[in-house]
Amino acid sequence: MAIFGKKYFKVELDRVERKDDEALWMKCKACHELVFKKKVRENNNICPKCGEYFFLTAPERIQLLADPDSFEDISRPIVAADPLGFVDEDGQSYSEKIKKAQEETGLANEIIVGRARIGGRPVIVAVMDFRFIGGSMGSVMGEQICHGMERAAQERVPFILISATGGARMHEGILSLMQMAKTSACRKKLADARVPFISIMTYPTTAGVEASIASLGDIALAEKGALIGFTGRRVIQQTIKQDLPEDFQTDRFAFEHGIVDNVVRRESLRDELIRILKFFV
Amino acid sequence: MSDHVIEELQKQIERLKELSRNGLDLSEEIARLEAKLAALHPPQVPPVAAELDDWERVKLARHPQRPYALDYIKLLMEDFYELHGDRLYGDDAAIVAGLARFDGETVVVVGTQKGRDAADNVRRNFGMPHPEGYRKALRVMKLADRFGFPILTLLDTPGAYPGIGAEERNIGGALAQNIYEMFHLRVPIIVTIIGEGGSGGAIALGVGDRVLMCENAIYSVITPEGCAAILFRDAKKAPQAARALKLTAPHLLKLGVIDEIIPEPPGGAHLDPARAAQALGEAWQRHLRAVRSIAPERLVPMRAERFRALGVFEE
Repeated sequence: MAIFGKKYFKVELDRVERKDDEALWMKCKACHELVFKKKVRENNNICPKCGEYFFLTAPERIQLLADPDSFEDISRPIVAADPLGFVDEDGQSYSEKIKKAQEETGLANEIIVGRARIGGRPVIVAVMDFRFIGGSMGSVMGEQICHGMERAAQERVPFILISATGGARMHEGILSLMQMAKTSACRKKLADARVPFISIMTYPTTAGVEASIASLGDIALAEKGALIGFTGRRVIQQTIKQDLPEDFQTDRFAFEHGIVDNVVRRESLRDELIRILKFFV
Repeated sequence: MSDHVIEELQKQIERLKELSRNGLDLSEEIARLEAKLAALHPPQVPPVAAELDDWERVKLARHPQRPYALDYIKLLMEDFYELHGDRLYGDDAAIVAGLARFDGETVVVVGTQKGRDAADNVRRNFGMPHPEGYRKALRVMKLADRFGFPILTLLDTPGAYPGIGAEERNIGGALAQNIYEMFHLRVPIIVTIIGEGGSGGAIALGVGDRVLMCENAIYSVITPEGCAAILFRDAKKAPQAARALKLTAPHLLKLGVIDEIIPEPPGGAHLDPARAAQALGEAWQRHLRAVRSIAPERLVPMRAERFRALGVFEE
């Protein structure tokens, strides 16, 4: 039993609709057009006017990629603890922050690990949800990623990691840094079992996660519109005191600098995965 | 600096006394600090476990006179032969790597290296490595693996360099690759945090069979300034963030992240580098001998299991 927040609860895809505000219309951040929100949601959160991508929640991401009714949440039944007794400036404790994130997202954690089929092929997917404290990696995410990789290695099915994260979770201090080593240590089990690992980087995939498990895929894909990098734009700017290239840390930047194998449009991601998975029988 | 430490201790004792006047029982803490203070005065008294404030420790870890990797190498090893370049792009002076003799055997040593003065710091980039530094480190560690040489890594970096070139050359990927590959090396790895263990730039050389930490070193997921800027919306609140992050050796020992705290001379390693080095050398010797007795086929999975076990969550 968790001493704070909620106990672990499983994700049932059709029951975790995102909490939207009441407004029927929303303004696109790219083309500034008013668009009908329902249309946007039905369109995989892509602006029907200009094609700009809005973020996907983890359940939406799974629905986009997995065969219908194939997903089963196999996450370990754990939730975040507060090992440091961390309290931020507003006097809000880390435990309260977790609880709030759980309420807002309807999820127990910032990552969901599940079994699914993609184009009929069984896979293990681990999907981050940026709404949950920036999809940041603390002890729970580290453990869930390891759990997913171990299951994939055991069951000999491909492992797919979909990142949407700002990096390590500061509230867990050094333990969050250690998750970089923990997940990387575990990644070896996939290699030893000759199980393919496809890493999909979305907006954003940065810092501690980018500098560990997300960069260790056999195949690395960037979703169009992704932000991929180690240090945040603002910190770099403050350090070097000069303007950054316009395309800095974008999907194109990552591709041009050899960081990802391909950049894939959201609409094509499922087909792309099916194409890739076929090679690994 | 010693004076400064003493002054800081006196201030702390005053502060605690003030607090205890408001009804808090701090007699134990005060007694401990007073003992510490007494120990600082006569130099013949052996060092006591310091109970410095975490922010004081941050300042000690960053002290400009603190021994750096090359100082420890000079003090503890013989015939250091530095190796340069990553064979891909260039050489990064923020990381030193090479062969040396320690305790009668050949070892490979890798350390992040800060500069002692302005010119040196330009060359060393304030100890903030680029991808080529990490790739050089990995190249040399693989050399160690081929020849069965144990590896000693010395961490003292504010972090990997936040720059355009670093991102263009995939710093994140370089860090990830190092972390991953270090789990494959079949030779003993002893990691020591000698100063600042700065985030991803530190863990990328921080995977080992033993993780040691000097008494006044720090090891953190983010700098106190960075944490303060993000979570407390004010970089000036770094002291507060330093305390919240639990980044000092005693905290990390409790969290199971490090195996041993290497004592420093009273007031910090910079006051007596030779003595600081001696304690470190003894620990290296002891741990190397212990780890060397473990067969590689057991050592590699043990190292992975050690890190696999790190994390705290609720069932």
